Amino acid sequence: MSDMHAESVAFVRDTAIPAAPPPMAETGAVRWVRANLFSTWANALLTVASLYVIYLIIAAIWPWLTNGVWTAPSLTACREVLQGKVGGCFSVLTERWNQLLFGFKYPSDQYWRPGFAFLMLFAAIAPVMFFKLPHKLLIFTALYPFIAYYLIWGGTILIPVVALLGFAGGYVAYARLVKGNFAAGLFGAIAAAAVIWWIGGMVTDAIGPARPWLEEVQSRDMGGFMLNLILGVTCVSLSIPLGIVLALGRQSNLPLIKGVCVVFIEFIRGVPLITLLFVANVVLAYFLPPGTTFDLILRVIIMITMFASAYIAEVIRGGLAALPKGQYEAGDSLGLDYPQAMRLIILPQALKISIPGIVNIAVGLFKDTTLVSVISMFDLVGMIRGPILASTEWNGVYWELFSFAALLFFIVCYGISQYSQWLERQLATGHR
Amino acid sequence: MSTITDPDKGGFRVSHLLSDTRYRAITFQVIAALVLFAIFFYLGRNLINNLQAAGLGISFGFLQEAAGYDVGQALIPYTSQSSNWQAAKVGILNTLLVAVLGCLTATVFGVTAGVLRLSKNWIVSRLMAVYVEAFRNVPVLIWILIIYAIMTVSLPSPNAFRGDDPASSMLLGAVAFTNRGIYIPAPVWGPGSMIVLGVFVASVIGMFAYRAYAKKMLFQSGKLLPTGWPSAVILLVPTILVFLVLGRPIGLDIPVLSGFNFGGGIKIGAPLIALWFALSIYTGAFIAENVRAGIQAVSQGQTEAAAALGLRPRRIMNLVVLPQAMRVIIPPLISQYLNLTKNSSLAIAVGYADITATLGGITLNQTGRAIECVLLLMLFYLAISLAISAIMNIYNNSVKLKER
Repeated sequence: MSDMHAESVAFVRDTAIPAAPPPMAETGAVRWVRANLFSTWANALLTVASLYVIYLIIAAIWPWLTNGVWTAPSLTACREVLQGKVGGCFSVLTERWNQLLFGFKYPSDQYWRPGFAFLMLFAAIAPVMFFKLPHKLLIFTALYPFIAYYLIWGGTILIPVVALLGFAGGYVAYARLVKGNFAAGLFGAIAAAAVIWWIGGMVTDAIGPARPWLEEVQSRDMGGFMLNLILGVTCVSLSIPLGIVLALGRQSNLPLIKGVCVVFIEFIRGVPLITLLFVANVVLAYFLPPGTTFDLILRVIIMITMFASAYIAEVIRGGLAALPKGQYEAGDSLGLDYPQAMRLIILPQALKISIPGIVNIAVGLFKDTTLVSVISMFDLVGMIRGPILASTEWNGVYWELFSFAALLFFIVCYGISQYSQWLERQLATGHR
Repeated sequence: MSTITDPDKGGFRVSHLLSDTRYRAITFQVIAALVLFAIFFYLGRNLINNLQAAGLGISFGFLQEAAGYDVGQALIPYTSQSSNWQAAKVGILNTLLVAVLGCLTATVFGVTAGVLRLSKNWIVSRLMAVYVEAFRNVPVLIWILIIYAIMTVSLPSPNAFRGDDPASSMLLGAVAFTNRGIYIPAPVWGPGSMIVLGVFVASVIGMFAYRAYAKKMLFQSGKLLPTGWPSAVILLVPTILVFLVLGRPIGLDIPVLSGFNFGGGIKIGAPLIALWFALSIYTGAFIAENVRAGIQAVSQGQTEAAAALGLRPRRIMNLVVLPQAMRVIIPPLISQYLNLTKNSSLAIAVGYADITATLGGITLNQTGRAIECVLLLMLFYLAISLAISAIMNIYNNSVKLKER
């Protein structure tokens, strides 16, 4: 029986065949290349053309980078070292490094001051950028403008201290009075700050030391990439509050206030920044009392802040418009008055929606700070076009200098835009 | 605590000005008006005092005086003896020229890069991403200066075209790239050339009429007429026939080397090229992002539905995706055009004679009429911006989704 059975069933497989690997063409790198680079004839042609373009770019840049000369006192010396080979003369960057970063008038023994202020900038903006950090760090952020001002400009320490006291006094007055009425809090704060500044100004004039701890540096001595950073950071931080006020004004149902805000925003958005810089440079002086000396950097900060705030106002208006009407009605039905509803319900949500737009404006604004070179301020681009390219040693070193400037701006702006995308992902989770 | 009470009908007390919603709005606006008036009064008084101290008054008489400076490139007759007003007009035309040229090329760059960035080809989409990021994150002023440096430093001088075995030669024997600018052939309008132009304009109109007819046929009867080759035939054949029949009335004036420079042809100066190219490649990067966002905004379901109806990929793109994407793309596209126009004021950095460089630059410095010049300058840009936003509003209303 058993024999017969053994013959009737020749073979029974009792284990599964191990899975065969997929064909070579359908796996791993080969599949990826076939799918992504050579899926059709047109695609293959595009791939080859792109590879050729990349080859051309690298072939042009590679020897320029690798043969680069980093230590030579002048362009002619550089050419001697190169002996006709293709190569960059990067020694202009090492030779003029301090000028590119700080301008050509900032006292060279004081470079540590802006450097230190720059390092502290990271500590100051970290709690603003990353919400998860402890909120107590915001105290340092609030102190930072005064510290940075004192480090960069120097002079008597009484000026930033008085300014700080004014803000502190204003805040105390606001906190006391806001419980009754927002308007009372606001005007009380303004009055308190004004009184403190007025008294502080007299005190400073009276007891200002003849020899301050930090040597005073004039505004016109600022330059280089430092100037771009000063303008960018100051104007962005000033223009956000102003932009919020303008956006609320434009939404207001008081015709006069709405009209003023609309005219201001549309006017500023309709003209190029350069014309506003011309105003700062040559026209603004006509509108100030005779004999007022008002340094150029401050005038430029005012104009750029106005410019940026108009754009930020439009972004925030978008955020306000995107909120469902129910949020406004909910605020009303809870019995909140206008400032309370705005502060507690509307603005936190509207600002959250507008953050990516505001960051875009900030990047654009930072790029636009190079425009001050047109009104003969020596920012990074102004330094390159003016003192460095005009000097006898470095006349004709275009590529190295402009690539350096482009690289610096690229690092900052690309970093900010990557941050903005990260932030958008972080904030998006709340809405799902 | 708060209870609803009947509004206090009669009786007005001073405290109502702040506490009663009926009067509060008026109070605030009166305060705002007073503050505004005070600010303007203060600024105006300072202005009058300063002008009196400087012995100046506001007057636009300087516009009629001789400008006394030369400009590199002018579209209308201009000499250094022409008036400041003529210089301003030269500047206006130059601004409009670079704006129009820049918008055209920026659109081409932007649409190409935006579409290629969505390509399934990995290397192409990466390359376009690099282009977009590199140009969006570097100030346009630096790009203008870099391209201007390429134009003036890297291109050969006209002298290099000299001799039997020149170091440089002209492209197709007709276009010369020199460090002073690019020389291209100029058309010479012979007798009868107007007829050729007229026929060409008529064929352009005819082509659009044919395409409109084909679309109408498609929507009415579902019959698909070919549009590609008939358009080309309508556009080209009549014009070429007339051109040949009339004995080639339009000739070309090819630039030739004479003396130290090229003569004949049209010279496009290095500043114009630098500004034009830099603005269009910079704005193109932004447009590419808008185009990409617009195409991605059309939901995948639309493409799938069209495919389920049996449409081919190209037709899906043309009939389903693009018409919907356009609604998203056009508004930011127009605001990019506006940005390009405003950025063209950077011409002053490379010495291109646009309105900012003539009226806001040299005229301002020579006459010292800062207020008048800057005012006119701002009004000009403001007029352009308002005109473009008016067009944008009209467009937005016309493509608005018709809902309920």
